[in-house]
Amino acid sequence: MSVSLKSAAFRAEREGTWRELEALVDAAERRGVAALAAHDVLRLPALYRGALSSLSVARAISLDRNVVEYLESLAARAYLVVHGTRRHLRQAIADFALRRFPAAVRALRWHLLAAFGLLAAGAATGLALTLSDPERFYAFVGEAYAQGRGPTSSTASLRQALYAPVDATGFLKTFAMVLLNHNTRVGLAAFGLGFAGGVPTALLLFANGLVLGAFAALYHSRGLSLELWAWLLPHGVTELFAVVLCGAGGLVLGQALVFPGRDERLRSLSIRGREAAVLAIGAVGMLFVAGLVEGIFRQLVHSVAARYAVAAAFAALWTAYFTGAGRERTRRVRR
Amino acid sequence: MSVVVETDARRRELVTPEGVPIQFVVAPAGDRVGALLLDLLLIGLGVAVVLIPLIGLAAAAHAGADLVVAGAILAVFLLWTFYFPFFELAWQGQTPGKRKLRLRVVDASGGPLRAEAVLARNLTREAELLLPLMALTGGESVFPDAPGMARLVALAWLLVFGLLPLFNRDRLRVGDLLAGTLVVRQPEAVLLEDLSAARPASASVPTFTDAQLDVYGIYELQVLEQVLRQQVPGRGAALDAVAAKIREKIGWEGPAASEPFLRAFYAALRGRLEHRMLLGRRREDKHHRDR
Repeated sequence: MSVSLKSAAFRAEREGTWRELEALVDAAERRGVAALAAHDVLRLPALYRGALSSLSVARAISLDRNVVEYLESLAARAYLVVHGTRRHLRQAIADFALRRFPAAVRALRWHLLAAFGLLAAGAATGLALTLSDPERFYAFVGEAYAQGRGPTSSTASLRQALYAPVDATGFLKTFAMVLLNHNTRVGLAAFGLGFAGGVPTALLLFANGLVLGAFAALYHSRGLSLELWAWLLPHGVTELFAVVLCGAGGLVLGQALVFPGRDERLRSLSIRGREAAVLAIGAVGMLFVAGLVEGIFRQLVHSVAARYAVAAAFAALWTAYFTGAGRERTRRVRR
Repeated sequence: MSVVVETDARRRELVTPEGVPIQFVVAPAGDRVGALLLDLLLIGLGVAVVLIPLIGLAAAAHAGADLVVAGAILAVFLLWTFYFPFFELAWQGQTPGKRKLRLRVVDASGGPLRAEAVLARNLTREAELLLPLMALTGGESVFPDAPGMARLVALAWLLVFGLLPLFNRDRLRVGDLLAGTLVVRQPEAVLLEDLSAARPASASVPTFTDAQLDVYGIYELQVLEQVLRQQVPGRGAALDAVAAKIREKIGWEGPAASEPFLRAFYAALRGRLEHRMLLGRRREDKHHRDR
C-alpha cells in the first residue's frame, strides 16, 4: 500500500514510545515507582508528556477509536504514576507533624476558640447546675460513663477511683479503653457531623462540657477538687485539646456548608474540608498521646504535685508546639 | 452499542497540571461496595491474627478475659483507623480491596492526590458507615432516651449520609466531597492492530468514490471498527450482514468477500473522514448535513 493514512503514519511513528511508557507504567503499578531503575525514572516524565501530546494529536486527527482509547488510558495511568501521592509515607508524616498540623491550628484559631468556648460553656453550665442540685448529675452523665460514681457514692470510693491500682494488664486495658472511650468517639463524631451543618458538633461539644462540669461539681462537693484535677489534667490537657480540635474541624465544615462565601457549596466544602481534616487527624494523634499518659503515667504516679507538674509540662509543650512549629517556612512563603 | 453509551455517561474529564484533559470512568457503586467488603474482611482477618495468640496467652497464663478484650479493642481501633489511610497513601490511592476490583482514588481537580485529601476522605467513615449501621442494628447506643419520632428522623438523616453515593452521578461519598476526590476505574486498554494498515497487497483492492464514502459519518465508522475488531462466535455472519447492508446503501457492485471489502471500506472511509476533520469539517454521523 503506497498511500497510508496520516493517522496510521502518526501511530507508526510514535508507537515505540507508547509501548516503552506502557512497560514502565506496568512495572511502576506492580512494584512502585521506587522499584524503577534510575534511567527509567528519568525517562518517565518525558514519555508521559509525549503520551499527553500524542493524545492531543490523536484526538485531533485520528478516528481510530482503539488508538484514542488506548492513549486515554495510557495517559491516565501514567498521570497516576507521575502525579500520584507525591511523597513517601514517612516524609508525608514528618511534614504533617512539623508543618501542616501546627500551621492549620494557627490558621483556624478562631474556630478553635469557638469550639473551646462551647466546651467551656457546657462545663460551666454543668458545674453550676450540679452544684445547685446534685441530682442533676444523673441527667448529664450517662450510666456507662459514670461507672457507679454519683452523688450517692461515698467520698472514700470517689477518692479511690482517682488512684487506680497498678497492674500489668491494667495498663493495656486502660490504654485501649481510653482510645475507644467517650472522648475519642466524641472527637471523631464532632468532626464527621460537621457535615450536618455544624449544629450537632456544637451540641456534642456542649454536652461533653456538661459531663465535665458535672464531675467537677461532684468532686468539689466532697472537697476533692484539687485531687480530681490532678487526676484529670495530665492526660486531660491533651485529650480535651484534641476534642476541641475535632470540634473546631466540625465547625469549619459546618461553616463551609452553611456560609460557603464566594465558592459553590460543594467546592467550599472540599477546600475547607481538607484544612479541617488536618485538625482531626492531628487530634487522633494527640488522643494517642493522651491514652499513653492515662494508661501508664496516671497509674504509676499518685503524687498530686507530680501530676500537676506533668499537666503543666504538657500544656507548655502543646503551646510551644502550636505557636512555634513550622513557622519559618510560612514566613518564607509570605515574603 | 448500548455499552459504549453507558460508559460515556460515566466518563469524567480531569485536566492534568500540564493542561491536557484526560478521561476517567467513575467507579460504579457495586464495585465500591465490593472493595469495601473486601477491605473489611481483611481488617477482620487482621484482628483475628492479633487475637488468636492473645487468647492462647490468656488461657496459658490464666490472665483472664481482660487482656483479650483490651487486645481486641486496641486491634480494632488501630486497624479501623489506619488501614484505609495507610494503604491509600502507600499505594497511591488504592487499598487491597480497591486494587483487587481495579479502582483508584484520584484528585477530582486533576492535581496530585495529597495526603490531607486521603486523610480527610477516610476520617468520615465513622459518621458515614458506623453510625448508620449502629443505628440500624440497635438504636439504643446511638440516640439513647430519644422519643420514637426523633429516632426515626435521626435514622433517616444518618442513612442519607451513608447512601449519599447513590444520589449523585459521581458516586461521591461524604468523605469524597470533603477531600475533593473521585473514585475511578483503574484505566486499562490494549493497543490493537491498526485496521487501516492491514490491507492486502494485491491490486484488487476495492476503491470507492467520494460520493459513496460521504454516505457515512464518524459514528458509523467506529461502529464498523467495533464490528471488525470483535472476536465472538458468529462474527462471519455479522460481517456478511454488515457488508451486504453497506453494499446496498452505497450501490457498490464488486466480487470482494465480506471481510476484505469491509476493511477496505473502513480504511477508505477513515481516510476520507480524517481528511475532512483536518479541514475542520467533522462529519459526526450519517445524518450530518454540511452547512
